Amino acid sequence: MTALSDVSTHAMASARWRISEVAFWVLALACAFLFPSRYLIMTDIVRLGLFALSLDLILGYAGIVSLGHAAFFGVGAYSAGLLALHGIINEPVIALVAAGLVAAVLGFLTSFLVIRGVDLTRLMVTLGIALLLEALAERFSDITGGTDGLQGIEMQPILGLFAFDMFGKTGLFYSLIVLFILFLFARRVVHSPFGLSLRAIRNNPLRAAAIGIPVNRRLIAVYTLAAFYAGIAGALFTQTTALASLDVFSFERSADLMLVLVIGGTGYLYGGLIGAVVFKMLQELFQSITPQYWLFWIGLVLVVIVMVGRARIHSWVLVVPNLVIRQFAGREAAVTVPKADAS
Amino acid sequence: MASILTNLFDGVAYGMLLFVLACGLAVTLGLMNFVNLAHGAFAMAGGYICAVLVNNSGWPFFAALPLAFVGSAVIGVVLERTLYRHLYSRSHLDQVLFSIGLVFMSVAAVDYIMGSSRVFIKLPAALEGQIDLFGVGIGRYRLMIVVICGLLTLALQLILAKTRFGSRLRAAVDDPRAAIGLGINVPQVFAFTFAFGCGLAGLGGALSAEILGLDPYFPLKFMIYFLIVVTVGGSSSITGPFLASLLLGIADVAGKYYVPKVGPFVIYTVMIVILLWRPNGLFGRTAAR
Amino acid sequence: MFNRRKMLLWGAASAVLPGLCASMTAWADDAVKIGLILPMTGGQASTGKQIDNAIKLYMQQKGDTVAGKKIEIILKDDAAVPDNTKRLAQELIVNDKVNFIAGFGVTPAALAAAPLATQAKIPEVVMAAGTSIITERSPYIVRTSFTLAQSSTIVGDWAVKNGIKKVATLTSDYAPGNDALTFFKQHFTAGGGEIVEEVKVPLANPDFAPFLQRMKDAKPDAMFVFVPAGQGGNFMKQYAERGLDKSGIKVIGPGDVMDDDLLNNMGDAALGAVTAHLYSAAHPSQMNKDFVAAYKKAFGNRPGFMAVSGYDGIHLIYEALKKTNGATDGDRLIEAMKGMKWESPRGPISIDPETRDIVQNIYIRKVEKVDGELYNVEFATFEAVKDSGKTKK
Repeated sequence: MTALSDVSTHAMASARWRISEVAFWVLALACAFLFPSRYLIMTDIVRLGLFALSLDLILGYAGIVSLGHAAFFGVGAYSAGLLALHGIINEPVIALVAAGLVAAVLGFLTSFLVIRGVDLTRLMVTLGIALLLEALAERFSDITGGTDGLQGIEMQPILGLFAFDMFGKTGLFYSLIVLFILFLFARRVVHSPFGLSLRAIRNNPLRAAAIGIPVNRRLIAVYTLAAFYAGIAGALFTQTTALASLDVFSFERSADLMLVLVIGGTGYLYGGLIGAVVFKMLQELFQSITPQYWLFWIGLVLVVIVMVGRARIHSWVLVVPNLVIRQFAGREAAVTVPKADAS
Repeated sequence: MASILTNLFDGVAYGMLLFVLACGLAVTLGLMNFVNLAHGAFAMAGGYICAVLVNNSGWPFFAALPLAFVGSAVIGVVLERTLYRHLYSRSHLDQVLFSIGLVFMSVAAVDYIMGSSRVFIKLPAALEGQIDLFGVGIGRYRLMIVVICGLLTLALQLILAKTRFGSRLRAAVDDPRAAIGLGINVPQVFAFTFAFGCGLAGLGGALSAEILGLDPYFPLKFMIYFLIVVTVGGSSSITGPFLASLLLGIADVAGKYYVPKVGPFVIYTVMIVILLWRPNGLFGRTAAR
Repeated sequence: MFNRRKMLLWGAASAVLPGLCASMTAWADDAVKIGLILPMTGGQASTGKQIDNAIKLYMQQKGDTVAGKKIEIILKDDAAVPDNTKRLAQELIVNDKVNFIAGFGVTPAALAAAPLATQAKIPEVVMAAGTSIITERSPYIVRTSFTLAQSSTIVGDWAVKNGIKKVATLTSDYAPGNDALTFFKQHFTAGGGEIVEEVKVPLANPDFAPFLQRMKDAKPDAMFVFVPAGQGGNFMKQYAERGLDKSGIKVIGPGDVMDDDLLNNMGDAALGAVTAHLYSAAHPSQMNKDFVAAYKKAFGNRPGFMAVSGYDGIHLIYEALKKTNGATDGDRLIEAMKGMKWESPRGPISIDPETRDIVQNIYIRKVEKVDGELYNVEFATFEAVKDSGKTKK
């Protein structure tokens, strides 16, 4: 009994909302109001954040590496695009969920392929699936528009009330709300017994199986859930940009996603969001300085991050907030960096 | 009939080329357990070294080829000593982040120095055209690739199996601690192996300019192919990647020739099926490393 | 553990604010701003660079003021990914208040920006992308590059007239390739020619060998080829390697395969290829000679047709501004551009007042050696070719 209550207290304690988390979301909302001229890039960040959150669910919580997560993003994007284009489901929110479900079905079906094998195999199988889908989308160009992408998508107003505008205001708030809702759900899931069992699997699948966790079923479930999230991210992409083209499936998209998540750190849900902010801001910064050679500087930053070590960089980032905290709460409250978040 | 044989030959040549390009990766990934996505960057370096020597400095092609090997190997050993060796013990995700960073840097740097258009290497006249062998058209250049790569593979196999260095390497990989205990200089063995793999990639890069095309995005474009070769082949020996390369080359060429409409699907489908059938690759060990 | 992580959140958030502030640069002057969106990285980078170079050259030659206004170029890289293009165009229009958007390396990119041009009522000058439909997507789109229909129909007509009866086609499987194929087929078969083999090559294609073998086995009089500019060189080398040049199968096609900036490196394999295109660096006009010399001097290599398209694109913007006396009202600018005629390095060109697409001469050229270098030497001219992809409507 004691062991059980121990576990549940621990789970409940870590599930409690922190001030910093509240602050994060308040800040995110504040940004949306403070920078009306930057709606588009912020929408981009929100979308990427949601996408990275989806990868975090399988990588950070279940230990499945994937280089083909764009498969679900792409399926979501094309589903949303086709639904809107042919007027099957005109209301964006319903279409969003529908597109997510399509991706989830694909996720469920492919999960059986993915749970076999070791890291490298998984990496290549997921990658192969995404590339196959890309080739398929190119082949069936009468449905997907081929390399031109889906043309002429027009989005109806959200809930019949809020029309998408040119400045991207509706798009941003829409994406932000979707992200927040899905984040809440993901947070609930990872702190549930289900989430805890996933972590047990990530840490040691054999031991997890030995204590009676149905490893494969859990992995299939979380993979399907992640596919649903990625599908939603893809659908958001189509709905906010009114575009869907082959590059939604591209290897670059999956690889960038991996970078985003690894920069932010895996296994605490915010990693993807922070990574998305950092990655996009860096990209934007370097692109405005040198549109031709920005790749070099992004590359340099990645190399430096690894060489210096994320832990050390995080502790540098924390210098200023720590000073502030010490002012208010004394030395004990100051924080250092978790060692475990880089897995 | 003749065209079947020509296709077979083309497939073999293409596969051999893939093997020389990817076998360095098989070593770093399989033996040293390091995810080096920047492998293609070394191939690109070799290609550009060869191109500059031949086109700008007027070197003969065959003299520039060894230089492509040496140049890439030198770059490899420098990077290994300064950067890579700190990362052997890190997590795979860190290695991915790091090596992708290197790829980005190399792409932009080559773009800056050499421009973004494709580069071609001027070939000696002896390598141009086809020879007719019992009615089967054999490209001279491809024939040269088959010969060079075939010899290299044999040499590699011999080095690994028969020489003292080969056994040191295998020992260092199997159990680095025990190997150190036996007085094997493990870091040195690794550095040498890494450099050799980079050199092979460089040579492959120089050879592939004619067939695959050489531009600054080479490392990104072909990263997937290298990974396929290594995963499908399994990484416990070099025979696996070698056979996987051949299989891949022949399947790709045949797929494109006989069913051009589904050509691009062939590679990926074959890969997924093989990996599902044998998760550690065709010739992999049974247990995951 | 989690309280440490929360600090990361604080840190990240505090890093965002100044970043966003810094990137909000205010523009408050009287200049004419041109948002130039090009693929400067990725597979299409050489297109972007040629256009960017040509525009720099033009502004060097002609100065950066027109009708009393300073011209300011804001270059953005979209890596040929349409959602980037759209976002960048939107930001340029909304934040930077640009008066023109220009560039667009590939068709999906040009199409992605089209609704924005309509909505914001600013001219979109397409300097590269070449499918016919583009100019129909917005009344504010003007094109200074070409359409694939222009060169492909001409080469089809030419082939029929010159005794080529059986053709095998090899085209890259994407919109421009399919366009080229369709238009060529239409004109070639209408003239009595026969297509004996049709192969579509995937866009990301490492090795042409199997496709070329198919061509060889089909034994046509000539093969019609369209591959994206960069791949042309590899294609020609493998064509020669397989001995197709000796077996008497000629290469014909739109000129993208024989792009000038790569041609000289292709080696003698390219000799004798006949292509129809809008521009050759060997075009025998004084203006072109000066252009080629200036471009070579500034950037060290030969300009290709993309460079000329960029050069003409910026020229069109300059001239339109002159006509409106510096007024930047989108409708007036488009009005000014319609029907404009001028002499370009590629020859006389004009903007069709109805479709806002380019009308230009299409030249039939053959690769020959001039002073030890390979050039597309023009030997026949089809004058003032309109885009037939639209004219049939």
